[in-house]
Amino acid sequence: MSALLQYVISGLALGCTFALVGSGFVVIHRVTRVVNFAQGAFPVIAGLATASLLTRGLPHGAAELVAILLGGVIGLVVGVVAIGKPGTPPLASLVITLGLAIFAYAVEIIVWGDQPVSFPGLSGTVNVAGARIQQQYFLVIVVALVTFALLELFFGRTYLGKGLAACASNPYSARLVGISVTRMGLVAFALGGVLGGLAGVLVTPLQAVSFDSDVTLAINGFAAAIFGGLMRPMMALVGGLVLGVAEALVAGYYESAFQTEVALAIMLTLMVWQASRRSALEEA
Amino acid sequence: MLEVDDLVVRYGAATALDGVSLRIEQREMVALVGPNGAGKSTLLNTLSGILRPAAGRMRVEGRLAQVPEGRQLFPDLTVEDNLRLGAWRSGDRDPGRVYRLFPGLMRLRRHHAGTLSGGEQQMVAVGRALMSDPDILAVDELSLGLAPLVVADLVRHLRMLNEERGMAILLVEQNARLAFDICGRAYIIEAGRVVASGSCAELANSPEVQRAYLGGSTDEYEEYDESEESEETTR
Ligand SMILES: Nc1ncnc2c1ncn2[C@@H]1O[C@H](COP(=O)(O)OP(=O)(O)OP(=O)(O)O)[C@@H](O)[C@H]1O
Ligand SMILES: [Mg+2]
Repeated sequence: MSALLQYVISGLALGCTFALVGSGFVVIHRVTRVVNFAQGAFPVIAGLATASLLTRGLPHGAAELVAILLGGVIGLVVGVVAIGKPGTPPLASLVITLGLAIFAYAVEIIVWGDQPVSFPGLSGTVNVAGARIQQQYFLVIVVALVTFALLELFFGRTYLGKGLAACASNPYSARLVGISVTRMGLVAFALGGVLGGLAGVLVTPLQAVSFDSDVTLAINGFAAAIFGGLMRPMMALVGGLVLGVAEALVAGYYESAFQTEVALAIMLTLMVWQASRRSALEEA
Repeated sequence: MLEVDDLVVRYGAATALDGVSLRIEQREMVALVGPNGAGKSTLLNTLSGILRPAAGRMRVEGRLAQVPEGRQLFPDLTVEDNLRLGAWRSGDRDPGRVYRLFPGLMRLRRHHAGTLSGGEQQMVAVGRALMSDPDILAVDELSLGLAPLVVADLVRHLRMLNEERGMAILLVEQNARLAFDICGRAYIIEAGRVVASGSCAELANSPEVQRAYLGGSTDEYEEYDESEESEETTR
């Protein structure tokens, strides 16, 4: 019983980080129709940067904040390269982000080396119904939930958020009312970078990251994102939590090496299901 | 108010506008009439800054707002959000002035724009354009797919904007009879060129225009125009 609780809570925390990476995919895809293959690089760079900043003597909090902002800046740079030239087809932008993801490997290895890096998060444990749970798990869950609430407020209540939603809804009309669709796309990329960076600073104390951790993070994040058809941030949260718990249970009771396979299986099943539902609608 | 000289617009290799010149004076209502594919929407999108001309000059005095062909709302956003987004360029985001013009929209302000009837959507499209407080309103296919009574009601609003607020209006219409009836002057455009222009009365009397754009002699629109004051707009 206490083992199950342990797995569920660690799974929820891990799922929250997938959801944050996934919401980055969603925000960028909604506004620009581009699937950002460099999305996994944001958490990796933020995690690695936080570790470096902490060893340089920056206090907790400040180091994480700088790393998250760095994620936003890198998101913006990826955006400028991928969609900065108006009229670039989304498929071409997608290929550019794939290239940038590989380029990021080189930069990360030069700056941080190829060994996994971690840093301590919240120390201490809490006793929940007989299970000893690391406090970091609760921190991850609370921060992620607050972030998703803020995202909803941002898109639902602010004028800038509505402008982003307008680009997603009808880019032609967005231009007609004077919204620069390219500039809004860059805002989306920067936001995607911040969300990825946040995921990175939260997950690194739980799982050490190295340059190639982006694959796991991106696959899980993408799988979470397609729960909402790459269009709804809140569904990415649901998707992330489902994935995280499923993977924690598989890892706990069966074999931890199968984590990514679980994500891929769930993702493929969902995609096939969504595709068949869509074609059924079209036939009707 | 608006001056366009020898405008050339291309889509890739295809020339959509081939030396179009056009003028709109202050407080004028001008019709732009022509067959499908003539380049009417292309001209409006160029004036709106969405398309870039390959050659020619255009000068817009003040602000131009467009009501695009087929409404083109933000379907998954509310009516109120659609209206507020119309003010992206200008300052005043309060949609109250649009609700005063179209009181029917007040009741629908929390509905998603995509769930509205065609006539209601066209009101939102006009309202969204008005939110930028334009000096010139360019309307593309006002009557497209709408019941005649709904069209008559929208026409009444356009007239009011023109007469009471002095807004210049450029009206693109497939229904030439309707356009000639509302506007003072008209341009007829075919295959990217202006083939005729002048006062609507003159054009309506020209045999070629009658044959090509006014069909027989039935006066459909007038009928609806007379009934507009007494009857409710149908939904
Ligand atoms: N996005 C586009 N790409 C390529 N060609 C286009 C595009 N939009 C319009 N055209 C072409 O440009 C020409 C003018 O089209 P436009 O839409 O301006 O005509 P229109 O007068 O508005 O027609 P309608 O009455 O059918 O709305 C047409 O030949 C059309 O095929
Ligand atoms: Mg047209």
